[in-house]
Amino acid sequence: MATIAKAGPNTRLWNAEADEHDTISTRTFGFWLYMLSDALIFTGIFASYAVLSTPMNLAGGPGPAQVTNAVEGFWQTLIILGSVFAYSQATVALKNGSKAGVAAGILVAMVLGVAFVSMGWHDLAALTAQGNGYSRSAYLSIFFTLIATHGLHMGIGILWMLIMLVQIVRFGFTADVVARLLNLRMFWQFQATIWVIVYVYVYLLGGTA
Amino acid sequence: MQVDLQDPWSPLFGRLTLDSIPYDNPIIVGTFLGAATIGLIVVAAVLYYKKLPYLWREWLTTVDHKKIGVMYIILGLVMLFRGFVDGLMMRTQQVMAVGPDSPGVLGAQHGFLPPFHFDQVYSAHGTIMLIFAATPIMAGLGNIIVPLQIGARDMAYPYLNAVSLWLTTAGAALIMLSLFVGEFSNAAWVGLMPLAELPYNPGVGVDYWMWAIQLSSLGTTFNAINIIATIVKMRAPGMTWFRMPVFTWVNLSTSIIGLTAFPVLGVALSLLTADRYLGTDFFTVGHGGNFMLYIDLFWIWGHPEVYFLILPPFGIFSEIVPTFSEKPLFGYLTMVAASFAIAGIGWSVWAHHFFTMGMGPDLNGYFSSATMLVGIPTGVKIFNWLFTMYRGRITFTTPMLWAVMGIFLLLFGGFTGMMLSAPAINYTVHDSVFVIAHFHCMVLVVAVGAFAAVAYWWPKVFGFKLDERNGQFFFWTFTLASIVVFVPMFGLGLEGETRRLDYVFNPQWRPLLIAEEVGIVLYCISVFYFLKMIYVSLRDRVPAGDDAWGTGRTLEWMTHTPVPFYNFAVTPQINALDELAWRRENGLDKVKPQTFVPIHMPSNTAVPVIIGAMAMALGFGMIWRIWWMAGAALLAIVVAVIARSFDKNQGYILTAEEIAKFESKTELASMIAEQPKRTPLDHVEAH
Repeated sequence: MATIAKAGPNTRLWNAEADEHDTISTRTFGFWLYMLSDALIFTGIFASYAVLSTPMNLAGGPGPAQVTNAVEGFWQTLIILGSVFAYSQATVALKNGSKAGVAAGILVAMVLGVAFVSMGWHDLAALTAQGNGYSRSAYLSIFFTLIATHGLHMGIGILWMLIMLVQIVRFGFTADVVARLLNLRMFWQFQATIWVIVYVYVYLLGGTA
Repeated sequence: MQVDLQDPWSPLFGRLTLDSIPYDNPIIVGTFLGAATIGLIVVAAVLYYKKLPYLWREWLTTVDHKKIGVMYIILGLVMLFRGFVDGLMMRTQQVMAVGPDSPGVLGAQHGFLPPFHFDQVYSAHGTIMLIFAATPIMAGLGNIIVPLQIGARDMAYPYLNAVSLWLTTAGAALIMLSLFVGEFSNAAWVGLMPLAELPYNPGVGVDYWMWAIQLSSLGTTFNAINIIATIVKMRAPGMTWFRMPVFTWVNLSTSIIGLTAFPVLGVALSLLTADRYLGTDFFTVGHGGNFMLYIDLFWIWGHPEVYFLILPPFGIFSEIVPTFSEKPLFGYLTMVAASFAIAGIGWSVWAHHFFTMGMGPDLNGYFSSATMLVGIPTGVKIFNWLFTMYRGRITFTTPMLWAVMGIFLLLFGGFTGMMLSAPAINYTVHDSVFVIAHFHCMVLVVAVGAFAAVAYWWPKVFGFKLDERNGQFFFWTFTLASIVVFVPMFGLGLEGETRRLDYVFNPQWRPLLIAEEVGIVLYCISVFYFLKMIYVSLRDRVPAGDDAWGTGRTLEWMTHTPVPFYNFAVTPQINALDELAWRRENGLDKVKPQTFVPIHMPSNTAVPVIIGAMAMALGFGMIWRIWWMAGAALLAIVVAVIARSFDKNQGYILTAEEIAKFESKTELASMIAEQPKRTPLDHVEAH
């Protein structure tokens, strides 16, 4: 156990300088924690996907090979990675303090994000139109849920970008705005990571099954 | 593409009709009259004494971690009482409805509760006790004590903290509402599948259960994030990891559980929500659904949740036992390691809740051994407490009595838990009241920890101690009641009484059921002494010193009693584990800071309470399928969150002169004191 030190003449009892906390790093840390909980949400859905993708869960309906298209998913993957790249360019511009650069990067990221979500939406709508909607079988239920949950996150990210565009113009790079921009970067990168897992786990593995 | 319901539905009121209000049930009408009377008296008192502005400014819109903690605990205690009344009803029903000749009243064939009502009572009892009583009380204690123990000004995110509180409150309010408008779930607190699915449960009961848990679990997740960030980022200088008090350590481990487990519950409930509202097929019987998936997802959260609840009491005992033994905690490092071992193992034992599911001997064997492993760190903790007491100078104050009782309960619950962890035994007592008695011993540790903590830290928060005499009456009646209720229950379980019986078919069980009823009456007496304890303490208000017990060891006993809203006038520099005990040994414990520097404080905000109210409206709208209400509430939440991000308020500065004034007259800065309006800053430089 630790030995008990004696107090001496240099013992300090109070520390008035200790109050300044690095607010940006505290907020970023909290956001990492939030993302951990978000990762657990996706984990739960992925686990359910694994349980519900056996032949029994198809209830005579289509399976992974029929509802996914690895080539189309590949384009989606490129688009979402491009969006992350555009946002990274915005972060570089943030370091240089360029409002126009940040705004441009975010705008491109948003456009690509909207393109990605529209493609996913189109896929789900096409399946539904064929009579293979989410209420067709347990497998389709979890497939729709996985894609829609990811799409919902993307939608929230796009809304967040829109708000940040306004805040950059109105407030400039205040501590709050910088913290939000950094957190948004993590959020966006995280959603792309999730998509890559979806692509490998659902589109690639499913296509070979 | 929502599901078709057979019931009438109108765009304005959804499924809600006048028939939804159970005014023909005398029990509910009586409860309603009682609750309404108390509510009216409270509202009238607030208005009469013109306390509404005070309540709004100092409490409802507060971001102070101590006030939020107090409100969490009040919420938890109110719900604890509600859950207790459910327990009282269940025990009374079982003692009345024994054997075919037992009489029935109030429309029941036997006893006084028809099966449909009885099923709601036990479902509500479990849901309320675990999620709306134990969880808020432990969250509240963590909120109040953790920042004080690490020398922080507040939580890392004061605003998020208030949001957590009000989301939890919204969930609790929905459960209370289910009593008077509509019905509650009759599918047990775990949500038995496919019983909780729409075809078998077309009413709003399951929806109430689902949405109440969903809202409050969101609040708990946010709270977990907040506690972890506070501990990692906000520690005072010199507060290294291994100088942190054990209560802070357990809050870290328990919050990691909370952060990782609650999202899984969110997934399980969301999938059920999709089944019930959109017609998906996750847990249905047909269309390839798999209802065992639900029970897996639920217990992947559910078992960590149990440790999420039990770890804070372990921390509480680890604070109380050294204080009242006047010795340092024995085995500090092993205590910390044990907390994290328990948290870690807690993640890998969930399937022991359904050994009988038919997983096969391999999986049952794995989950059985993993479960037995929990006994090792828990045993380490028990021995640590015992060795702390060994040759200590023990004073049996109320908190210490509760702590000792907690250790006994833990032994009782732990040993029966070891029995249950063996699948061979588990098969014979599965779903019997033996299991009920086992886990009540465990959750009673949580209740006992809560009472210990309230008695122990009450003076720090309010400036005066709880009445010792009535506190001990409360303790002894509660302890006696626990023995008299749960020891016979173990016996009945071994005799083969299954759980959730609204009618007991075997008259030979009557004597033990009567014993349990006697225990419940003792619990009622203990509730009386609890209330008397609060009343007498509030009346007498014997002032307590800064170190209220005289032998405190940790940082929270170093600041003023009652603790000022800014916690520490000057942030302390930490020199040792058990800083206050170290300062006392060096004769420095009475030294107070002399010069002050301005403190940056967060401003109050109404956004969290608005989000809470809107979340409740969202839940209510979804439950009754009033789509406009749910949509409007969701929109309002989104707008509130966005609007707040445009708010330039950056808190305010508490000047050195003001702090000096507060330090000389501490009651001006106490929990109940009113603060003047402060001018907020509108700009803070990035650094």
